[in-house]
Amino acid sequence: MKLTLVTGLTGLILLATIVELLRRRQLREKYGMLWLGLLFVVIPLSLFPRLLDGVADLLGVASGVSLVLFLGIVFLLLVCIHLSWEVSALEEETRTLAEDFALLRAEVEAERAERAEWTRRLDRTEMVSHDG
Amino acid sequence: MVNGKRLLIIIPALNEAASIGDVVGEIRGELPGVDVLVVDDGSTDHTAAVAAAAGARVARLPYNLGVGGAMRLGYRYAHDHDYDVAVQVDADGQHDPRYVPKLVDLLDDYDLVIGARFAGEGEYTVRGPRRWAMGMLSLVLSGLAGTTLTDTTSGFRAANRRMIEMFARWYPAEYLGDTVETLVHAARRGYRIQQVPVAMRRRMAGTPSHSPARAMIYLGRAVAVLTLALIRR
Repeated sequence: MKLTLVTGLTGLILLATIVELLRRRQLREKYGMLWLGLLFVVIPLSLFPRLLDGVADLLGVASGVSLVLFLGIVFLLLVCIHLSWEVSALEEETRTLAEDFALLRAEVEAERAERAEWTRRLDRTEMVSHDG
Repeated sequence: MVNGKRLLIIIPALNEAASIGDVVGEIRGELPGVDVLVVDDGSTDHTAAVAAAAGARVARLPYNLGVGGAMRLGYRYAHDHDYDVAVQVDADGQHDPRYVPKLVDLLDDYDLVIGARFAGEGEYTVRGPRRWAMGMLSLVLSGLAGTTLTDTTSGFRAANRRMIEMFARWYPAEYLGDTVETLVHAARRGYRIQQVPVAMRRRMAGTPSHSPARAMIYLGRAVAVLTLALIRR
């Protein structure tokens, strides 16, 4: 009974955290939905840990709890791989942005230098014409 | 202009304020009429200011991207400004600009020309794991390119329009990607690669790494980079 209380409460706290993050718009929907979907599996399991015993038996796993542990690790690994992939894509995007920015800055600085040169030349010709 | 072609020299530089002024000055002295672009890869010293004062165009990256990132920026600049030829040169002064016309001459028949050490000219020697790594790289890449390439990690390279267009789109920012992976990629896509023997000079500033442990790590990474480059699409 005590164990069920601990696992059930943990599940509910996680659920509340995800919902709150989504509510504050701190989490993109795609990730929010992923974690919410997971919690809808995890919370019933935390209340009734024997739920998966049948499936475990079918797969030759000693108990439903071990099966959950195994599936949990596989799931987390997949999430980590996905996140590395996302970070790689983000790095490529920021790299392209940095390059675009550097190209534009070079362009602006070149133009500014050219304009300064022109103004200087104009000033000089004006001075000459005033003198004359 | 060199041989009637519009030419851009690209110099990726990270904290090279000590040498970049002389390098740019020498290039402009030896190769009049050539544009020089220094890509400042997030330096924390006065690299950009020194380069601009020496008469180079400067593109400043907001943060460090690595040589590959700086190089793609350089090739994008060359592509945007319609240059016929882009030559990349190291900022530490080890590449002699007097070899540039030699490299450019070959670009009518080849897409990418590498200024290579170990090809007869100059005396540059390495030993141990670093040598094995370079030997393995040159063996595999020579086979891929269908010509002898003795110095696959050389940062002294000239590219024609076809090559510039590809490098402006695709240039890896990862370790050794700027040299080894680009060669694999270009060779597998049918770009013609050739090398020209050059003598490298001592660096004007900075020190090369010579520790055996580092050389071992270099060998491991070279094998990994090469394998990945070969199985990548």
